[in-house]
Amino acid sequence: MDFITQLLNGLGLGSIYALIALGYSMVYGIVQLINFAHGDIIMVGGYAIYVVLVMAGMPLWLAVLAPLVVCGLAGMLIERLAYQRLLTHNAERISLLITALGVSIFLQNLFMILFGSETKTMSPLFGSDSFALGGLSVTSATLINIVVSVVMMVMLQLLVNKTKIGKAMQATSEDAGAAKLMGINTKRIILLTFAVGSILAGVGAVLYINTYQQIRPTMGNLLGLKAFVAAVLGGIGSIPGAMLGGYLLGVLEQLTKAYITSEVTDAVVFAILIVVLLVRPAGLMGKNRKEKV
Amino acid sequence: MASRLKKKTGVFYLANALLTIVLFAVLLVLISGRTLNNYWSGVVVLVCINVILAVSLNLVTGILGQLVLGHAGFMLVGAYAAANFTRAVVENGSLSLYVALPIAMVIGGLVAAAFGIVIGIPALRLRGDYLAILTLGFGEIIRVMANAESLRPITNGAMGLSVETFSNRTDPGAMFAFAFVVMAAVIFISYTFGRSRHGRSVLSIREDEIAAESMGVNTVYYKLFAFVLAAFIAGVAGALYAHHIGMIDPSKFDFNRSVEILIMVVLGGMGSISGSVISATVLTILPEVLRGFADYRMLLYSVILICVMLFRPSGLLGRYEISLPGLADKLLHRKGKAAKTEEG
Repeated sequence: MDFITQLLNGLGLGSIYALIALGYSMVYGIVQLINFAHGDIIMVGGYAIYVVLVMAGMPLWLAVLAPLVVCGLAGMLIERLAYQRLLTHNAERISLLITALGVSIFLQNLFMILFGSETKTMSPLFGSDSFALGGLSVTSATLINIVVSVVMMVMLQLLVNKTKIGKAMQATSEDAGAAKLMGINTKRIILLTFAVGSILAGVGAVLYINTYQQIRPTMGNLLGLKAFVAAVLGGIGSIPGAMLGGYLLGVLEQLTKAYITSEVTDAVVFAILIVVLLVRPAGLMGKNRKEKV
Repeated sequence: MASRLKKKTGVFYLANALLTIVLFAVLLVLISGRTLNNYWSGVVVLVCINVILAVSLNLVTGILGQLVLGHAGFMLVGAYAAANFTRAVVENGSLSLYVALPIAMVIGGLVAAAFGIVIGIPALRLRGDYLAILTLGFGEIIRVMANAESLRPITNGAMGLSVETFSNRTDPGAMFAFAFVVMAAVIFISYTFGRSRHGRSVLSIREDEIAAESMGVNTVYYKLFAFVLAAFIAGVAGALYAHHIGMIDPSKFDFNRSVEILIMVVLGGMGSISGSVISATVLTILPEVLRGFADYRMLLYSVILICVMLFRPSGLLGRYEISLPGLADKLLHRKGKAAKTEEG
């Protein structure tokens, strides 16, 4: 029984990783960039909730909506200001990476100056009830996390596979040059991809705060890193892969925390990344792409 | 023509060596004679250590073209290894610190290199940016692990591990001498490495990995070679840093530290050793002079990073090298030319 409870808790944690991993995976799929700033977008969303709910005292529905809007806008703004010039000029990959890193440090330090570097705590957004399910005790946060993440994935799958925009995203990620020739505005599609990924991170921020009730400017570092590991584990560029990777990582982390020791959980996540890269670099659900010369 | 060029290079090496020795002698006299106070001689040692770090990171980021975000992690590992060694041998009196420190530096370097191999093999076998994310993870996790209860005997946890240092009262110049000699060696090795057969192989990987591979360059080997060499030097620098400060505080080796070293490389120019030396020197001294700007330092650094990448992606100096004898030669040459044309 205890094991199943831990499993559910792991799935709840994994749902947050999965939502963040989706953003990493989508952006990587379309421009081959590890967007270091993605983890910090969640931090931005977290502070958006804090400002709306705690500082301004506005109603809850606004506090849930605000991070989605703020994160989406932040993602688009970052793409416009920092990446677009490099992407259109076909810059070296290391330049893109360093820019992404610069954006990440900028966001962290900006929020450190604006709000202070200490951890801020809040009360859970949707209450902290526990349910008894046949002898299991599950918190509402865990249930909400799992349900929301599944709904988000289904919506994203629909967006990517059933709409025109989604088809354009797939085409751009397959071959940006050819997509352009077919009349797709690739610049706009890339911007949209950043927006969608960041909105998902905003959803992740809502879930994170409902579960852990705390924010600090550097929270995006480890969260982003773990979500990236989840994306690689599932197969970077694949939407179901990112979800699967997120859930798996959450469960593994929760189980090490519960049955081994909480000291090494971060190292375990890291070891998983090393093993995946050694054994199956394309990830669980990724396709091995051949490089063309 | 070729022989003249060779002769010229020889003269340049000699002139650079002479200049280095003069600089060393002047600084040593200033520090040992206490003309520079404790604070500023400490800053000089820090400059040497940061130059070592920047030059070593430039081997990977500049010459190989891969991003490394865990240089502080390698420093930390090297620092712990070296400090535990000197603590053991100096405490029981079997070696004096003057003998123990060089051995400790090699031990620190080797341990850091071992970690470099473990991270480098999975990351560098693949194409893509996995090294950046793996080293980022390594840097974060090694710092978390340093605080772990089970590693307490080696790291002394978050309290920090105290380290043997040279007595500032009896010999203020010792630490500087060690740091400067290592710095000069690292600069020399890096410069000649970049121009050696191996260095050119590494450079070819940056330019075009597929082309390099098809020309017979063993890309995995050379990528790993450059990365492990950089990790080794970072470990040595960590050992120096620990014995300079006298205390290993894991929170000092965080992500921001790695980023600071990266800024030095990016600003100086990716691939330019002299650029790294100059920017490491300036960026170490500047915050000491401008104390008020400490809070905004990282914010400013990040903006500089983004702007440099957007408008001058190869860094301020690019791949260009500056040397004083080279500059002098250029000036003299120009004068000679001018004189000749006047005569004609």
